[in-house]
Amino acid sequence: MIKSIKTPLTPEIIDDLKAGDKVLITGIIYSARDAAHKRLYEMIQKGEELPVDLKGQIIYYAGPCPAKPGTVIGSAGPTTSGRMDPYTPLLIEKGLKGMIGKGLRSKEVVDAIITHKAVYFAAIGGAGALLADTIKKAEVVAFPELGPEAIYEFHVEDFPAIVVIDKDGNDLYKIGKENYRKI
Amino acid sequence: MPLLYFSRGVNLLEGGKHMREIHIDEIISAVEKLCIDANIILPDDVKREINKYYETESSPLGKEVLKDIIKNYKIAEEKNIPICQDTGFAVFFVKLGQDLKIVGGNLTDAINEGVRRGYKNGYLRKSIVNDPLIHRKNTGDNTPAIVHYEIVPGDKLQITFAPKGGGSENMSALRMLKPADGVEGVKKFVLETVDKAGSNPCPPIIIGVGIGGTIEVATLIAKKALLRPIGQPHPQPEIAELEKELLNEVNKLGIGPQGFGGTTTALAVHIETFPAHIASLPVAINIQCHVARHKEIEL
Repeated sequence: MIKSIKTPLTPEIIDDLKAGDKVLITGIIYSARDAAHKRLYEMIQKGEELPVDLKGQIIYYAGPCPAKPGTVIGSAGPTTSGRMDPYTPLLIEKGLKGMIGKGLRSKEVVDAIITHKAVYFAAIGGAGALLADTIKKAEVVAFPELGPEAIYEFHVEDFPAIVVIDKDGNDLYKIGKENYRKI
Repeated sequence: MPLLYFSRGVNLLEGGKHMREIHIDEIISAVEKLCIDANIILPDDVKREINKYYETESSPLGKEVLKDIIKNYKIAEEKNIPICQDTGFAVFFVKLGQDLKIVGGNLTDAINEGVRRGYKNGYLRKSIVNDPLIHRKNTGDNTPAIVHYEIVPGDKLQITFAPKGGGSENMSALRMLKPADGVEGVKKFVLETVDKAGSNPCPPIIIGVGIGGTIEVATLIAKKALLRPIGQPHPQPEIAELEKELLNEVNKLGIGPQGFGGTTTALAVHIETFPAHIASLPVAINIQCHVARHKEIEL
């Protein structure tokens, strides 16, 4: 079954999501990858106000291609989430509820997901052309000087993702691998 | 001696034949087009292999992922946009004929200029930072390119472009094995590396293995192994057998498409070898995601 969900994420939405669920996300999501994470983290540490309010929001680990004239955005698939692990627990603590990326997360991130009832989704890595189709509006809202690493506000419609780590810490990467492992 | 030098200066080959010349403008345009085309159109062998594994994948979710991967490369071609937003480090393998003369400027500058134009005019992502450790500021034009040169007989210029994404490159590894570790040691290292990488390098992957040489040769031939067409085994029967066996074992790890579980973790294992020192058995593993882009031209 495919679940359609809307952002921002409420506790009710998160309660209903289980590892392995397919979802279609509609609403606003924010892109942020390596450089933007470092900046957000340092701003929180210095007590500065963030350029975007993360409460209930989803961060998409992505750095898109530039938009061709007449289009909303270029290819925009997920990047490897693990590089954001050192920064993620603090962002979750500050109210971030969802992350979309690809790949494994650290124990610290999984613990933060369980403690603060958040959720980690994966989008298909390498499917940037397909995923860009679901982005209906894109605007740089912070750190334009970072180029592809700037924070974009994406308005998405039916953005396809899979729940990998749910609020209870169930992990599709572990479950899936165990199911098909033959050595 | 001065006379001989003069005769070389007017570009005479032995027998008085003029050396073939190529102007850098031609190289710049060709590289620009190469950068754009390679990032938009997936090679036929990779497409064929993804479709083949779509038929055999056991996991329903894995099958859906492969279906979306096929849909994605079709959308990229139709809309003329990059298959993946990570349009990579611009890696080139250049075979320069020793009887060819480059005129109008220098070859490396020409390749970099082609990259600059291709990444701008093709709306490709600029993914290179100027300094790896301290400043990490984007160079803004995806340069510098990485160019591996080989001087070969003849008067042709062959350029292979293989943009390399960061996610899969990060999962690559090098280990200096002992000669006594042998075939079993290589197998163990490959399986451990792929298992640990899990979902990170965007499986299904292609695994390039470089065995022998010194550390830089092992890593270079591991990357070159990724350029070999899928389905073409290594010419040495024992190595071809090892490629087959490793592919079979890797696909038993259970990682599956995108790491969601399944029977398609890798599309191919390619091994390249080089003579080794009596004390050494270097093994490098270069991981490539399913967006295995490369394109070759001859000028």
